[in-house]
Amino acid sequence: MQATADEVLIGRIASGDRLAMQVLFARHHVRVYRFVLRLVRDESTAEDLISEVFLDVWRQAGRFEGRSAVSTWLLAIARFKALSALRRRPDEELDEETAASIEDTSDNPETALEKKDKSAIIRKCLMGLSAEHREIIDLVYYHEKSVEEVAQIVSIPENTVKTRMFYARKRLAELLKAEGIERGWP
Amino acid sequence: MNTIDKEREELETLLPWHAAGTLNRRDAERVEKALAADRELMRRFDLAREELNETIHLNESLGAPSARAMEKLFAAIDAEPVRRPKVSLNLATRFANFVAGFSPRTIALATAAGALAIVLQAGVITTGLIKYEAATQVAKQETVTRTDLASAEVSDGTLAAIRFTPKAEMSQITAFLINNKASMIDGPTTAGGMYTIRLPETGQAKEDHIRQMAAQTAIVDLIAPKQ
Repeated sequence: MQATADEVLIGRIASGDRLAMQVLFARHHVRVYRFVLRLVRDESTAEDLISEVFLDVWRQAGRFEGRSAVSTWLLAIARFKALSALRRRPDEELDEETAASIEDTSDNPETALEKKDKSAIIRKCLMGLSAEHREIIDLVYYHEKSVEEVAQIVSIPENTVKTRMFYARKRLAELLKAEGIERGWP
Repeated sequence: MNTIDKEREELETLLPWHAAGTLNRRDAERVEKALAADRELMRRFDLAREELNETIHLNESLGAPSARAMEKLFAAIDAEPVRRPKVSLNLATRFANFVAGFSPRTIALATAAGALAIVLQAGVITTGLIKYEAATQVAKQETVTRTDLASAEVSDGTLAAIRFTPKAEMSQITAFLINNKASMIDGPTTAGGMYTIRLPETGQAKEDHIRQMAAQTAIVDLIAPKQ
């Protein structure tokens, strides 16, 4: 049997269908959680936030206009919640500090390559990106969002999406170079 | 920067989306064409694919939230005011509102199946249960089946109970209702997938009208007068 479309579920949720809410939650909550977790870097906070995200969906389903995919709408709400939560955390560590700590603690290039495989280093450097860069990398590669969809979620022009992605990848290349992986680009 | 360089730079910015398979067909074809002719661009595409692979790996390693998130959500939902489903008496408004919530892409790919599932959800999903339960319900409502209709005593009034065939498409149902000057009032019932419609006629005219509608077996599975 074909799964009920997300848009249909939203219509049912707007009418107060609790079961439809459960289906939508089951379908999307893990990805939304991971998206939020990558931004706030705290599991407990991320769990609280996804509850808030889906509660907003419950309350606002009637206003969903279908101009974007439901998953895009969910990520846009999640992003807003995550950024609000970060603003409430004055002790949130700076992304630059995080990135710097990665560079500072790395071994020299030869040693690093001896100790870790390339995949592990790339993942480490992905984690070392700024929140802005992590976000766009995740949206494009993991959440499979198009240029247009990323623009909707992040509320920036499409050309800025492309530029930001370019600089995120450039920064990643710099972090990799510091870890001893020279990619020859950019 | 000449035009060729600019074009190449633009295509290069699209490589991450091409790796993720989220470019539109036109851009995907442009990138594919360039990749076939440019080994350096292909090498950079491989870098994007490597990033894609590790980003997925990284995100998948993040695990999933505990049951606490769901419990908290539904506790909050339970504390919300009860919402009553809105039932529009106007068929056109009802269908217009329904379709308005869809994006163009969704309309193209899923409306037919999705809308049919909404309109006929009980009929499609619970086909096996419907026959027994609907028969019971229909009997209680003093309604008659299509084959019995000719000899049945029908009551005056303006309402009728109807069930559409599972194969009837939304467009057919819409046209059927418009052609018969009928308005959707309520439904579907959870047991039987019956809808209530309003007809313009009363008395013998209504009875004749119902008989005519019952003859449209491609769309109508069951129809009977209703008080």
